[in-house]
Amino acid sequence: MIYDISFTALAFFFIFVGLVLGLSFYFGRKKSSSSSYYAAGGQIHWAVNGIAFAGDYLSAASFLGICGMIAIAGFDGFLYAIGFLAGWIVALFLIAEPFKRLGKYTFTDALNAKFNSRAITLTASISTLIISIFYLIPQMVGAGDLVMPLLGLPHWAGVILVGAIVIAIVASAGMASTTYVQFLKGGLLIVLSLALTVYILRNGLSTPPDFKENNYHTFIELTPETKDDKLVSVQGWNVITQQRSGDKTFVKLEQNGIERWFDWQKQDGKSLLKETLTITLKNDGTSLYNGEVKENRKFYQVGHLSKIIVNGQELSQTGPLGPFEFLSTIKDSEVVRFLQVKLTDGNDQVSVYYPEVTSGSKFMLPGLKYKIGSDANLWSKMDFVSLMLALFLGTAALPHILIRYYTVKTPRDARKSTILAIAAIGGFYILTLFIGLGAGVNGVMDVESSNMAAPLLARAFGAALFSIISAVAFATVLGTVAGLIVASSGAIAHDFIDVYLKKDLDDDKKVKVGKIAAVVVGVFAILLGMAFQGINVSFLVGWAFAIAASANLPAILFLLFWKKTSSTGIAASIVTGIISSLAIILTSPTMWDKYGLGAGNAMHQLENPALISFPLAVLTVYIVTKLYPKKVKDLSPATGQ
Amino acid sequence: MHVNNTAEEKEALTQQKSKLGVSLFFIYLVCYAGFVILGVFKYELLATTVFFGLNLALTYGIGLIIFAVILGVIYNYYCTRYEDQAEEADNQMEGGSK
Repeated sequence: MIYDISFTALAFFFIFVGLVLGLSFYFGRKKSSSSSYYAAGGQIHWAVNGIAFAGDYLSAASFLGICGMIAIAGFDGFLYAIGFLAGWIVALFLIAEPFKRLGKYTFTDALNAKFNSRAITLTASISTLIISIFYLIPQMVGAGDLVMPLLGLPHWAGVILVGAIVIAIVASAGMASTTYVQFLKGGLLIVLSLALTVYILRNGLSTPPDFKENNYHTFIELTPETKDDKLVSVQGWNVITQQRSGDKTFVKLEQNGIERWFDWQKQDGKSLLKETLTITLKNDGTSLYNGEVKENRKFYQVGHLSKIIVNGQELSQTGPLGPFEFLSTIKDSEVVRFLQVKLTDGNDQVSVYYPEVTSGSKFMLPGLKYKIGSDANLWSKMDFVSLMLALFLGTAALPHILIRYYTVKTPRDARKSTILAIAAIGGFYILTLFIGLGAGVNGVMDVESSNMAAPLLARAFGAALFSIISAVAFATVLGTVAGLIVASSGAIAHDFIDVYLKKDLDDDKKVKVGKIAAVVVGVFAILLGMAFQGINVSFLVGWAFAIAASANLPAILFLLFWKKTSSTGIAASIVTGIISSLAIILTSPTMWDKYGLGAGNAMHQLENPALISFPLAVLTVYIVTKLYPKKVKDLSPATGQ
Repeated sequence: MHVNNTAEEKEALTQQKSKLGVSLFFIYLVCYAGFVILGVFKYELLATTVFFGLNLALTYGIGLIIFAVILGVIYNYYCTRYEDQAEEADNQMEGGSK
């Protein structure tokens, strides 16, 4: 996709980034000790902390990813919203207060509060690092997607930009800044999403989805002459070639020197060629968009309703709708989604995005991404259960979320923070349903990446809304990345070097090592962000949740609820969780596709590992504790202070 | 709460809150698992229209989000009450010993 640079958006963007950096430096000057670098010295008000919690959590995955996934896969995107929020129930009811009572700074410290075991220190710091990195990937991918329409920059430039700014924030200030930045951005994100939802409902639904700023492309349909299964001729076009992919046939036609692909459909015995979008990757590394160079702007934003049905009647426009009416109208109507197939055409790799009419009732049910109906196979049902398990159990085990439990003074405040966060996040997630669906049917989707659904929808409503939302989304990424880098630099500098290697560092040195670690992790995150371009960020976050749920949660739960749990059991469970979840992810269809081996040839068809790796880690902590029980000297009560 | 040892009393309060948390967690777990089980075994049911023209999938999904917030508020209410009661008992005891 090629985008025009918006100067209004640019102005807002720089003001916002300036504000974020300014705040960081302001609070940065106030910090003095290592405890203030890692956890803001336990001095932050619970309400600020609650919204900052929400700010942390409503990362690129929520705002960009969920909206994008809903726009292309309907209800399946909303599964992420349901699961992400349900995870807070585990965090609040089981983990929040006991952890606060343990009174330590990092996840590793809390886990190790009763044992002082080097094995736990090592394994927990490794798991913190791996989870943070897996959570960083989607943030970076989202950042790259964001700057494309905002600044007209390529994806990699956006990734580097975010990386550089965050490294600057973290290396200069630390946690105090990120809490206030997260607070500001969390609040803004909720307010702006509400505004966007109001726009969507007031605008209603229409076919075609035209806006002041956005004229929807009219897709052409051609009637060909055919013989048996061969395309003979099409008026005005030269027939070049035809290719089968699964049960579909695509044909390449030429007109005025431009080659286009069409989806050959047979309706009621008659043949029809439907226009598709294509990206052709030539042998020399250049790309053609719909047969022409990018700069010719022949590539369109897509996604629309082909029929709008209200109370059994077909309309071309609904006018303003109430929230329930909006949802039920889409359910009764017909949605046109653009699905991707990859073809090999001589030396060229062709990505074809063809229109697929989906009934609204299917769009509003799970099953378009995670097939779970009666015709679904076992793998995809397992995938659905695995995803729901990972989301439910992952939240409480994310290292950068846990850090915030320590930034308020008392367990009572930690609890109030968490409830405020749940309410704010829950409200936001209900809004993502409207924003995602709105993006899916209002002709704003970029087929190259679903992540831009929400900002591109905002752009259709006007440059001002677009610029503010992009700036906030960008700040969202900045804040989350900063939080994650603090968590991972803590894991390296504090847990690994200070505690595990027993290098007795003084306060100044500790902060210095933390900053160096932050830079290293930041650079690594930049590289991974470039590698995973184009994948939905919620999907990527699903992996981080699965690793967190498998590596950390069994350890935490057993520590808090089973007094006999031994340090060997905890360390073994963390190792099992990390290895099993990583092994399943690295051999998954998505990774196989990334390696260039083809998703269909992967070793298994499970996209999310939690269903296997979580029970494995639970078994491990139990069995290893039985085999290597606690030594008598560390038999203190499990709910100790 | 008539214990004359503060540590024990704190322990009792902790137990009380933790018990509440665990029970609320299980209530939510059942509801959440219900959604997943419905999806895997009784998928067709999710398409039934139940409320304001919304299907069961949407109603259940949005319901789970709202229910989480409601449980959070209930949890906070009772925890605060337990803490206040414990504090009161504490104060009474201090008052009595003077």
